[in-house]
Amino acid sequence: MTSTQTVLTGELRAVTRPHRFMARHASWIPVFAAVGILVAMVVGAQLYFGKFLTPRLVSSILLDNSYLLILAVGMTFVILTGGIDLSVGAVMSFTGMMGASLLRQGLPSSVVAPTMLATGALIGLGVGVLVQYFDVQPFIASLAGMFLARGLGFVVSLNSIKVTDRPILWLQGTRLQAGSGWYITPTGIIALLVVLVGAGLLAYTRFGRTVYAVGGNEQSARLMGLPVARTKLLAYVVSGTCAGLAGVIFTAYTGAAYPLNGIGTELDTIAAVVIGGTLLTGGSGFVVGSMIGVFVYGMIKTIINFLGVDQSWTRITIGALLLLFVVVQRLIVARSARRR
Amino acid sequence: MMSTMEDAQPLVQVTGATVRFRSDTALDGVDFRMFAGEVHSLMGENGAGKSTLIKALTGALALDAGEVRLGGEVVRFATPHDAHLAGISTVYQEIDLLPNLTVAENIALGREPRNRVGAIDWAATRRLAHDALAALGLEIDPASVLGTHPLAVQQLVAIARAISTDVKVLVLDEPTSSLDFDEVAELFRVIRELKARGVAILFVSHFLDQVYEICDRITVLRNGRLVGEYLTTELLRIDLVQKMLGRSAAALAERQTFDAPDDDSSVTLSARGVTVLPGIADADVDLVEGEVLGVAGLLGSGRTKLARALTGVDRLEAGIIRIDGQERRLSSPRRALSLGVVYSSENRRTEGLIGELSVLENITLALQAQRGVLRRIRSARQRELAASWVEALDIRPPDLDRPVASLSGGNQQKVLLARLLALSPRVIVLDEPTRGIDVGAKVEIQNLVGELADNGLSVVFISAELEEVLRVGTRVAILQDGRVVDVVPSEGLTTDSLLAMVARSEGDEA
Ligand SMILES: Nc1ncnc2c1ncn2[C@@H]1O[C@H](COP(=O)(O)OP(=O)(O)OP(=O)(O)O)[C@@H](O)[C@H]1O
Ligand SMILES: [Mg+2]
Repeated sequence: MTSTQTVLTGELRAVTRPHRFMARHASWIPVFAAVGILVAMVVGAQLYFGKFLTPRLVSSILLDNSYLLILAVGMTFVILTGGIDLSVGAVMSFTGMMGASLLRQGLPSSVVAPTMLATGALIGLGVGVLVQYFDVQPFIASLAGMFLARGLGFVVSLNSIKVTDRPILWLQGTRLQAGSGWYITPTGIIALLVVLVGAGLLAYTRFGRTVYAVGGNEQSARLMGLPVARTKLLAYVVSGTCAGLAGVIFTAYTGAAYPLNGIGTELDTIAAVVIGGTLLTGGSGFVVGSMIGVFVYGMIKTIINFLGVDQSWTRITIGALLLLFVVVQRLIVARSARRR
Repeated sequence: MMSTMEDAQPLVQVTGATVRFRSDTALDGVDFRMFAGEVHSLMGENGAGKSTLIKALTGALALDAGEVRLGGEVVRFATPHDAHLAGISTVYQEIDLLPNLTVAENIALGREPRNRVGAIDWAATRRLAHDALAALGLEIDPASVLGTHPLAVQQLVAIARAISTDVKVLVLDEPTSSLDFDEVAELFRVIRELKARGVAILFVSHFLDQVYEICDRITVLRNGRLVGEYLTTELLRIDLVQKMLGRSAAALAERQTFDAPDDDSSVTLSARGVTVLPGIADADVDLVEGEVLGVAGLLGSGRTKLARALTGVDRLEAGIIRIDGQERRLSSPRRALSLGVVYSSENRRTEGLIGELSVLENITLALQAQRGVLRRIRSARQRELAASWVEALDIRPPDLDRPVASLSGGNQQKVLLARLLALSPRVIVLDEPTRGIDVGAKVEIQNLVGELADNGLSVVFISAELEEVLRVGTRVAILQDGRVVDVVPSEGLTTDSLLAMVARSEGDEA
């Protein structure tokens, strides 16, 4: 019977030499694609309008989109785990309302701003607990978070609350000039710092790497002895905290808080993250990509402005780009599956 | 040495382990022990409860009754993470590491070296991974993404991960199912080293040769119950098989010979100059109606590539395929299927089974898809059909409505085989169809393939086990470096003479 199971000898080494660059960096390709699109847009606009790309314009894109950039960083964590966070727009709006109302009651911004962040973190934690321990779909759990935050915003006030707190307004109003029209505001600096911290967390900490692991295959990650539950919770907490911070930034940006702020912002955020090359199935993507995605988004808005056509074209263009990207990503995934 | 072990305290002691899945008892009061510095094998048929015991021991599953002692102390692991911290390192049967991360990360994940500020030290991580791989004799780029490597390499990486820490207990659940001889030899060298250092090693495999080569002690399970614990030296193979199957192994021993097809049988599939680079170049294959063509070749000789090229999975760069004398372009597996050609992948785990769906649905899925939604198969007919395959392949438990994810690894493989066979193809290309399947079922599957061929099916049978190729194949195609160098009748060949033919030119070139 099966007594002598002769198994063959062979050299693994010779067989397994995929192209070195591709074998190492395939997941960066969608990011390069996003950069390509950004460059193409800039060049195209430059040719069409004659004088388009100025230091002022670039500076203003960062200024106008810093809240989106912060949201996108948080969203990247969640999407990398294979989840989604629909609550961020509403959380941003609610923390803004709460903060503005606390400021109006005379609390110092040094207390109010941390409270806003903590509130965002708490809502994120709630969504995370629903997802992790009650096995609720991320879509549904964060939808619940969204309704809750939206409702709470209306509880604070039905009307716009003006913010007069000086430190908060300073964040937006200060333009640190760097000659020949370049400037940056503290909000922009904060947003870039968040990108830096986010990228660092993902690339250089065990938590960050576990985020990728969970998105790659949650079951495997668990069997490999990784702290899956904690990591998923933390990802939502990061996203919630970012939403809280975006609340601070957005309040500074508009100089007021309004309960209808940020409707649909969660979708813009997801679009930016996906355009930036993060796979919606999780496990592949980069914060830097999401930043590029936000810039693509901002660039489209600016170009539409230049064209003087209706801003609804922004949404249409984003939609088309999104479609393109999702298709391209599917192709990449299908190809790499085929190559094996 | 053994006698001193008898007096020594076991390092791992499981008593009365019971695991229930709803109403089924997968593990029923099993006692099990392991000593430091021994290699212990857990044997049993597909579904006997080996993986379940391992999961219960390592915190991946909770025990419904019984206890686990480690070094004399009662332990309760809530997660594999806890077990890991206690020094138990495990490679699970169904583990697919993380294809989206690099090889280095897959090895080091969760214990990456960190620098002073607490950030991961990537250079040190890659060094660690490189060393762990080198210990297994594997030289691959640690910075490459795992998903770009073939199955065998991924399996080795999983093993490298498990042995790259300070372990007290190393658990390997079918670690060698995708490995070839050389890699197994490397693995065994490492296992012996660990054993000498006093590590207790649990080794599960359906390859009896490997078990007898490396293990000191064998625990046999059957239907979730303990049959007994034996010293390898005192247990004859024939007795082991009988203990595993619970019936005499004599029936298995007799070699069934299959009819060679008549000389005037027509050629069903004929391939000329098939080329898909890299991997397969200028290969010619003729498949006669009702024959089993064995394919033998070294790892990397293009076995799987050939299978994929013949079945429309990979597009041909050159060459033609004729089916019944007509030239056909197999542009996709779907197209191949419509011509009656199907492929059973070596990587059955990730290709095709839908865990939450029932056995019935998984078997009839492709059949229904083939016929189109409009021509629905009556559900009574579906059940009948699925039941007949479940019986023919002896899928256990024979419950059509059970989700496939709840079957043991070997039985899941049989379900996939059933799905393909249910399509009633004319040509089936089987790539490693008996991998992970127990000794009894293996012979049954081999016999089934023979019977199907006798009924007119043409089969290409690819296996790394030469004995199996010889047993099933009426002719054997010899693959070397992506070329079919010869096709010989299997009659009169021995595994040794076949091995010589397969390896010949490689040796000459080197
Ligand atoms: N999640 C589950 N739900 C229900 N039943 C299960 C589940 N996992 C395993 N079982 C059942 O438990 C029994 C033992 O399965 P186990 O995976 O331990 O077998 P095994 O000995 O490892 O087999 P193999 O050699 O095929 O890997 C089988 O009958 C299986 O159907
Ligand atoms: Mg098993």
